[in-house]
Amino acid sequence: MARDWYDLFITDFPGGAAAEVPQTGREQERRGFFKRLRENMKKTREALAAEVQATLFEGDLDEQTWERLEEALIYADVGAKTTAEVVERLEQEAQEGQLVGGEQLTKRLSELLAELARTGDEHIDIRPDPTVILVVGVNGTGKTTSIGKLAWHLRQTLGQTVVIGAADTFRAAAVEQLERWGERAGCDVVKGPEGSDPGAVAFDAIARGRERAADVVIIDTAGRLHTQRELMAELEKVKRVISKQMPDAPHETLMTVDATTGQNGLRQAQLFGQAVNVTGIVLTKLDGTAKGGIALAIANELNIPVKLIGIGEKLEDLRPFDPDAFAEALLTA
Amino acid sequence: MFDSLADKLQGTLAGVRQRGSLSEDDIARAMREIRLALLEADVNFKVVKQFTSAVKERCLGVEVHKQLNPGQQVVKIVNDELTALMGGHSAGLTFSPRPPTVILMAGLQGSGKTTATAKLARYLREENGSSVAVAACDVYRPAAVEQLIKVGLQAGATVYEQGTDKDPVDIARWAWDQAKRDGKDVLIVDTAGRLHVDQALMDELANVRKAVKPHVVLLVVDAMTGQDAVNVAEQFAEVARFDGVILSKLDGDARGGAALSVKAVTGKPIMFASTGEKLPDFERFHPDRMAQRILGMGDVMSFIERAERTIEEDDAKELERKMRKNEFTLEDFLTQLKRVRKMGPLTSLLGMMPGLAGHQLSKMNVDEKELDRVEAMILSMTPQERARPELIKGSRRLRIARGSGTSVQQVNQLVKQFGEMRKLMRGLAQGKMPDLGALMRQQR
Ligand SMILES: Nc1nc2c(ncn2[C@@H]2O[C@H](COP(=O)(O)OP(=O)(O)OP(=O)(O)O)[C@@H](O)[C@H]2O)c(=O)[nH]1
Ligand SMILES: [Mg+2]
Repeated sequence: MARDWYDLFITDFPGGAAAEVPQTGREQERRGFFKRLRENMKKTREALAAEVQATLFEGDLDEQTWERLEEALIYADVGAKTTAEVVERLEQEAQEGQLVGGEQLTKRLSELLAELARTGDEHIDIRPDPTVILVVGVNGTGKTTSIGKLAWHLRQTLGQTVVIGAADTFRAAAVEQLERWGERAGCDVVKGPEGSDPGAVAFDAIARGRERAADVVIIDTAGRLHTQRELMAELEKVKRVISKQMPDAPHETLMTVDATTGQNGLRQAQLFGQAVNVTGIVLTKLDGTAKGGIALAIANELNIPVKLIGIGEKLEDLRPFDPDAFAEALLTA
Repeated sequence: MFDSLADKLQGTLAGVRQRGSLSEDDIARAMREIRLALLEADVNFKVVKQFTSAVKERCLGVEVHKQLNPGQQVVKIVNDELTALMGGHSAGLTFSPRPPTVILMAGLQGSGKTTATAKLARYLREENGSSVAVAACDVYRPAAVEQLIKVGLQAGATVYEQGTDKDPVDIARWAWDQAKRDGKDVLIVDTAGRLHVDQALMDELANVRKAVKPHVVLLVVDAMTGQDAVNVAEQFAEVARFDGVILSKLDGDARGGAALSVKAVTGKPIMFASTGEKLPDFERFHPDRMAQRILGMGDVMSFIERAERTIEEDDAKELERKMRKNEFTLEDFLTQLKRVRKMGPLTSLLGMMPGLAGHQLSKMNVDEKELDRVEAMILSMTPQERARPELIKGSRRLRIARGSGTSVQQVNQLVKQFGEMRKLMRGLAQGKMPDLGALMRQQR
């Protein structure tokens, strides 16, 4: 089940936007993505996963096999807890004789991982008018860039009009950065004075979105560590302001997680989740050698699904998340 | 919040004390805990493997100490090894005899280079009185130049920028000329974040390095980085040949195992820690503290060291016997109280206790005056009363209160609390962890 933009977004024009793009175009887009992903994965210098597969195919499943498997997952930042759970389950199935041979074992492992990744509501419903998407996350994880890319895709692929709210009023030149992305994506950017109240900017952005009958309003926020109490409280306030203006909003709260992040990613998702109820993860910077396995731990332990992945710094480098491709990539070098 | 490795080891090695030495089995179990703790802290698994085998070597043949329980002893070995691996003492920058000293910043996207550039500029101005300039060579990320202009000026540095239309190598070279012309002591060159596998951008970085011949190259690494830190560090070491590392976002709750990974694979020291969004949130890096952070141990080591210094060996044995037999008296308590207070303020000691890091007890406000009162009360007791606190009733209470300038209620409270403490100690000596939460509630 490869996913594309039409699988990710729920629209009120069923088949509408999808029909405009010829099927071959979609196929090509998909293939291009896998090629890219594979190329990126090839760059991994450590051929650990290859090592794993070699062990699996070499007949007997012994202590070492499981250890290697564990190492492969640990190496992908999946974390000890989730790793132990998955490997235990696989070991059990192998003992019960359901799995014979390395090939079946790898396939099953990949399935198990994809199953874990598939959690909660994997879609983004953009039927409300306007749909408000709040974007949060730790400093430098890729909020602003992902917003630029998302706005562009919404416009380009789904024909939506988008307004962006520059509610990062704190970081130096954050507004300028977002404005540049707005120009690239062809979207309005609503801003306030530097140091102004981020809630007020969010409020204005939604007001502008309504005025212009925009389909989607995306709110950028300042990066913050999940341990900073006041800043987390500020974020809660931004959310409250949004809800006051539009009762069901924000309809979607996306949190960016840098794929290079280790186990701290879990704490991030947990605390951001408590503060603003994160509904999906944008897993960024998957174009490096990091595998982003922490997203699997987040899905497993907190039931927050990944919805989008970032694979570069250009407008088109954002993709819907595909659990199967992700699981496969976790295990292949 | 963190499960302390020290606690786990204490649990794992609970039975060892009686036997007097660590068996292979004990060590294997301890190593498993250490391995897990390090992996949870994001230390690269290959580094973990190397490390645990080094520690294992040292644990074999270790005699079980009198003062420290086996868990603490293993922790001490782990901590020593880890601190040694992290670099022992903190490393600093070296300056060129012919200014400007050129510092080149490198790192992944979003690692915090621009902020670190401004912070370092401010740090060098404040600490060394240097005149500092920064060069804006990130022409790719939108508004990166504007950001550096703003934070650079806040830091009191001169900002050399040529917009985003020029080649970063040319900008760097030009900025270097400017810095020489302006007689700057230091020039810090900020560069765009790049992936270590991006050939074109890594080549560009190598070219910037060739163009400005930096005296110091610093890699900025996010403290939250996971297993991939080794790949990043290896690639940047090869291309940028960095001399040291700035560890960013250390104000969060990441254990920061990446620091160890980077040090282990490149041998380059972590020089600075970036600990907040404001410019002054920047300091010299302390390897020993980092080792403890990675292990999630609060400040156990200082506690262990102080305990070693303060408590005499035989004394400790006698004390333990008394605790176990429930013979611990107010007299003993007074002696211990005096000793403990010699070690430093009780609040800081509590924070260092294994098992108490992050516990509400460690945040308890210990009133030193209250301790003075306790001392005074015990001093007003007769030897019999000190030995058998249950004697303290009726008129005795009044006499003690008068003698120590306290109230009957306060004397009552002390006797009651002492009873609780005795129970607690007996439990401790028998290897049970007390329910500190319940104890706290009782005391309220
Ligand atoms: N290679 C790569 N770089 C990315 C990706 N997403 C973002 N970046 C880069 O990461 C850096 C930080 O991205 P931003 O979008 O500024 O991150 P942010 O979360 O908005 O940062 P703050 O607002 O400062 O907290 C920039 O240099 C981006 O170009 C990605 O998917 N791949
Ligand atoms: Mg931003």
